Amino acid sequence: MGLSAAAPLWGPPGLLLTIALHVALSAPPATPLAPRPQDYCVLGAGPAGLQMAYFLQRAGRDYAVFERAAGPGSFFKRYPRHHKLISINKRFTGKVNAEFNLRHDWNSLLSHDPRLLFRHYSRTYFPDAHDMVRYLGDFADRLGLHVLYNTTITHVTLDRDRQAWNGHYFILTDQKGQAYQCSVLLVATGLSVPNQVNFPGSEYVEGYESVSVDPEDFVGQNVLILGRGNSAFETAENILGVTNFVHMLSRSRVRLSWATHYVGDLRAINNGLLDTYQLKSLDGLLESDLKDLAILKDSEGKFHVTLKFFLEENNTNQSADSITLPQDNSDNFAMRVAYDRVIRCLGWNFDFSIFNKSLRLNSGNPLDMKYPLIRANYESRGSRGLFILGTASHSVDYRKSAGGFIHGFRYTVRAVHRLLEHRHHGITWPSTELPITQLTNSIIRRVNEASGLYQMFSVLGDVVLLKENATAFEYLEELPLLTLPQLETLTGKKAENGLFVINMEYGKNFSGPDKDVFFYDRSVGHTEDAWQSNFLHPVIYYYRQLPTEEEVRYRPPYWPLPRPTAIHHILEDFLTDWTAPVGHILPLRRFLENCLDTDLRSFYAESCFLFTLTHQKLPPFCQQGYLKMQGLASTESLRQHGVESRLLRDYAAMGRHPKASSQEPGDHGPVSAPLAPGSPVQSLDSNKEEL
Amino acid sequence: MSSSCRVFGAGICFVITCIFCKSMANSLPELSPQKYFDTLQPGKASLAYFCQTGSPSTSVFLEELKEAVKPLQDYGISVAKVNCVKEETSRYCGKEKDSMKAYLFRGNILLREFPTDTLFDVNAIVAHVLFALLFNEVKYVTTPEDLQNVENALKGKENIIFSYVRAIGIPEHRAVMEAAFVYGTMYQFVLTTEIAVLESIGSEDIEYAHVYFFHCKLVLDLTQQCQRTLMEQPLSTLNIHLFIKTMKAPLLTEVTEDPQQVSTVHLQLGLPLVFIVGRQATYEADRTTAEWVARRLLGKAGVLLLLRDSLEVNIPQHANVVLKRADKGAPLEFLVLHDVELIVSRVENTAHGGEIGENENDAAEEADIDTQDDEVAETVYRDRKRKLPLQLTVELTEETFNTTVTASDSMVLFYAGWQAVSMAFLQSYVDVAVKLEGTPTVLLARINCADWSDVCTKQNVTEFPVVKLYKAGRNPVSYAGMLGTEALLKFIQLNRISCPVTVMSVREAEEYLSGEFREDLASSAGVSVLGLFSPVMTAAKEYFSEAGKYLQGYVITGIYSEEDVSILSNKYAATLPALLLARHKEGRIESIPVAGSRTQDLVQIITDALLETFERKKTPVGRGILQAYFDPVPPLPVLVLVNLHAGGQVFAFPSDQTITEPNLILWLKKLEAGLENHITILPAQEWRPPLPAYDFLNMMDAASQHPTRKVPECTKEIEVQENDKEQHEDRSATRKEPAETLRIKHWNRNNWFKAAKKSLRHDKEL
Repeated sequence: MGLSAAAPLWGPPGLLLTIALHVALSAPPATPLAPRPQDYCVLGAGPAGLQMAYFLQRAGRDYAVFERAAGPGSFFKRYPRHHKLISINKRFTGKVNAEFNLRHDWNSLLSHDPRLLFRHYSRTYFPDAHDMVRYLGDFADRLGLHVLYNTTITHVTLDRDRQAWNGHYFILTDQKGQAYQCSVLLVATGLSVPNQVNFPGSEYVEGYESVSVDPEDFVGQNVLILGRGNSAFETAENILGVTNFVHMLSRSRVRLSWATHYVGDLRAINNGLLDTYQLKSLDGLLESDLKDLAILKDSEGKFHVTLKFFLEENNTNQSADSITLPQDNSDNFAMRVAYDRVIRCLGWNFDFSIFNKSLRLNSGNPLDMKYPLIRANYESRGSRGLFILGTASHSVDYRKSAGGFIHGFRYTVRAVHRLLEHRHHGITWPSTELPITQLTNSIIRRVNEASGLYQMFSVLGDVVLLKENATAFEYLEELPLLTLPQLETLTGKKAENGLFVINMEYGKNFSGPDKDVFFYDRSVGHTEDAWQSNFLHPVIYYYRQLPTEEEVRYRPPYWPLPRPTAIHHILEDFLTDWTAPVGHILPLRRFLENCLDTDLRSFYAESCFLFTLTHQKLPPFCQQGYLKMQGLASTESLRQHGVESRLLRDYAAMGRHPKASSQEPGDHGPVSAPLAPGSPVQSLDSNKEEL
Repeated sequence: MSSSCRVFGAGICFVITCIFCKSMANSLPELSPQKYFDTLQPGKASLAYFCQTGSPSTSVFLEELKEAVKPLQDYGISVAKVNCVKEETSRYCGKEKDSMKAYLFRGNILLREFPTDTLFDVNAIVAHVLFALLFNEVKYVTTPEDLQNVENALKGKENIIFSYVRAIGIPEHRAVMEAAFVYGTMYQFVLTTEIAVLESIGSEDIEYAHVYFFHCKLVLDLTQQCQRTLMEQPLSTLNIHLFIKTMKAPLLTEVTEDPQQVSTVHLQLGLPLVFIVGRQATYEADRTTAEWVARRLLGKAGVLLLLRDSLEVNIPQHANVVLKRADKGAPLEFLVLHDVELIVSRVENTAHGGEIGENENDAAEEADIDTQDDEVAETVYRDRKRKLPLQLTVELTEETFNTTVTASDSMVLFYAGWQAVSMAFLQSYVDVAVKLEGTPTVLLARINCADWSDVCTKQNVTEFPVVKLYKAGRNPVSYAGMLGTEALLKFIQLNRISCPVTVMSVREAEEYLSGEFREDLASSAGVSVLGLFSPVMTAAKEYFSEAGKYLQGYVITGIYSEEDVSILSNKYAATLPALLLARHKEGRIESIPVAGSRTQDLVQIITDALLETFERKKTPVGRGILQAYFDPVPPLPVLVLVNLHAGGQVFAFPSDQTITEPNLILWLKKLEAGLENHITILPAQEWRPPLPAYDFLNMMDAASQHPTRKVPECTKEIEVQENDKEQHEDRSATRKEPAETLRIKHWNRNNWFKAAKKSLRHDKEL
């Protein structure tokens, strides 16, 4: 509208946010108390800190969690301001598989204790934040996690020492001057600094963190909200019924989570204002860069929106009433009405202030201090041994996956813990080794129940490492995908014979704030179209060797992984149940067979017996089962079905009517005996032709 | 029996002929004129190319001529290159180098001379030569009147096979000539290259070659036109052959058998059978209808008349037509069709599934990607609606698992509802429960790991199916035997006693060895093992004890180490420590010395001994195996020796000898000395993927090159043959995306592969 047209007229970017680093620097190292040594120090007893504490505790590691508040999860005591969590508490799925159910439980942390599931703490679908505080308290208590409450770490610095695991210790100092010497520092402090944008008049703006949540305070008012995230809409939702109108202003268009498939975008539960805007009920949305704006307070205490440009044009000392307003030039300017209140809901930034410069912990972008810069393994780019966990680690998958939320980072925390176990304790990444005949099963099982794969789609993936000659494989769960080039050093496993990566993905061109996600034919139903699946579905990548750093860095745009040797999409499924024998399992088997150049079918003992005496070599299923006297016997009923399907031959009947069978077309030659359509020999022959 | 022997004999002859042909195939005999004329035999045709020595310009022709040697030989026509040396000039040797010609002789009579440019390739050579030889059998016509004359002359006498080809010497011409070579005496062949002739019989589509069958023999009224049947398949030798074969079949057959059992030439040719269901009472009318249908369906289906009254099998009351498709296993279709046209269109619609043609083969292959070829998965799926008596086994959950397995001795099957192998085994497991019902031995339980994933993981179950036996005070034991009812039953039975059993006296030992001890168990075990030790051999006893525990459930083991153990060791000629193996069924006891064997060795020794009894069962699969070795299967008994480990040769004991010990030993000795020939060698191929997979990467690449948001109906179109493409233009217009298939080892070779296969298939046809 009118305002956006004026947008290009911005001035030079000023010194926007000079983060108060000097505050930290000037804090004196108060007492000479000897630093307490600790292998692992966790900063913050929020969900991520407690989750890491749980894994460290289970592994029997020397660790401590530092928490400035008197109990865990203090953020949730105040936020969200309206106390409604937008992470779903789905208590019923119709399934009993605990792992599967975590796919739809967005609030629980991972533990072995089934009592510590969030569904025991709230019956509400969008639960109350206080239940989260209670839950986290129980989580820390029941599991006996070592948390030092009321301990505010005011300063973190680095102490170089060749003896240290990482060549240096992290020295933490608390408010009493007590120092702690940590080998590994795990920062789970979340995002605690409200994001502020500096513009003339920003001092008139109330912040989300302090604005009243009592609708009575807004009765009959004109309200302008800056920001367009969930906090902005949550604030609007709360006062929608009592205000004259609510206008919402932000730089970019609204991002609806059901269009972007990103849970951090605007959720439907908060979007009542979209309705009233589109139905012309006075509320409205506007787009403009806040940095170009200025807010003026008139003599009656009402606020006017104008452009910074006009302010600079005039003398700064002029009274508010005489400054040019956009409507003076353009009389239909959208925001020409005066506001009673302006509220800022612009999100949160990471608190960099306690970290000494020597740690080189920064965001990598001075204009955006939201997240510290980290690697794919969640380790800071600046110092080895410093990991960022939880919400603050969301830079890895911001606006993509769930790493900024409990239901996502509970898995990335586990991944970091597994990496640490290998790096410092020589414990290789947990894996199961199975014969190749179990490969299809293993993948099908995981894509149907694994919650980490599902929640952290395109960030964490399962890896299948093939053994020599592809007779067996090792299955590793939930590795950060982009660490693939360093897999051998990070996990202690060998990947010399090729690998599969199992990932979950949305369709490449499906998600986006401007995408119509309800278009006709949005889902595909035929196996040959599986690659066009739009909704979250499993994708399997096959690599002959580990991708290199280069390949990962220069992977095609929008690809979670570099270009593989071959790729398989398991057809999207309305019920996310990928167990259909022909629709899901068969195409997967064919893909694996063709990658491995083998036959992965299963056979009854009878068939294996026949192959043993008619072939020099046996298919893997017979080798790994039948030959070890573990063949699979068929039953009468199954045998009958086998004969009807022509996959098994009716030898008994053959004996009775030898002539009838000799007339059977396509039954030539002795070798194509038992499996009419895809008899092994037939395929072998065709393969030979191809060679 | 005698007939099958004959087939066998023919098979051998065939093989020999082929070997002979093969050795001749690539060699074009080069002779001097004199020598050449000496070789000519009366009545035999021969094609000779006369050329000057060292004339390079004709090498392309010579290549083609070489190609033609074999096909022409199949028709009894010899081919030679005659070198016109200076000393022996012949009138066939041209004067100039470029006017060299090929000549066709019968005996030493010249039939025809061919300028080399008419014989432009192997097809042209074969076509021209046969055309010249079959001058009388194949009438060449140029006008509609000519054709009409031939037709009129043959009405009531002989049927005509009329074909149109675009030109002489092209592959279609060759195909027609090859068919004429075989069928020329039975039918009058008429050939034309004139479009006008084709148009005169009402054909619209004149772009391609055509073959018509004129049913002139049936015509009695000379003013009536012969009925015509168009061959709808592409013109190839094989297709003409099949077409003629169907034409030869009687127009209408009356049958009194169950339609399921009826088989005619049509079925063999992939054509459906149509049974017109009539009644004795309306016989005449039914027969007329059936004949009418038969005429309409000539070449498309076999038509049979079936009288309901004369049939024992029940045909649904209302049905008047029974359709039997050519694909085996397809059920009979009982139809109610009151109009001949409906029957015709029905057959035409179904025919597309059963046609024999190149396209059809590709289509079949393509469809297979989505067709289940895993016998376990398919059978389990087909059986999914059958209710199993699952209530006989206890279904466990996370809550009940621990309490159940600790409360009583239990066997637990870990399975996954979606996993075919474990669901197949569940059936056997339930069978065991049925067999054990009422006999309180062990609690049979099961847990679905698709639901109770965590329980299974905690029990260390990472694959399916797994069976574990939980007994109080013992670590759970995984069952490692055959996944079948019998084997599992045996395991349960044998687990009722804990092994090894300590035998207290020589008498008890004798009882044990004779199978009288725990008779029920011994019989299901088949073999009992008794370890004999002198009381001082503590270490050896310990090892044996361990082995016995390890083999718990698979074999009964006992231990005897009293002072008087020598009584037993003497009796069975055993040196202590020793194992006595009692095979109860044979009543045989053997001894094995085990001095110095540790647990692992003992387990191995006992397992090997058990293996000897492995698979000595009667199985119908045997017939399948014998089919792989013999064609046809000889009368039983047959004795076969298979060398599985080296080479895979299969040797058969001579069928004319009786199976006696001396004969056998002699035979085996001969085998050892390498004096016997194997009857076959087992194929040594690797087990490769039975079918390709969809190549999604390729499709994604294709889509990113031509970005379209979504292809509405992405259909299977593996065929990317440029030549054929045009024919299917309209069809492929709606199917944009080729669904490529994937074979990792052979990237981007699909097209090449298709082309190669096509040409191979072509070769087969000739």
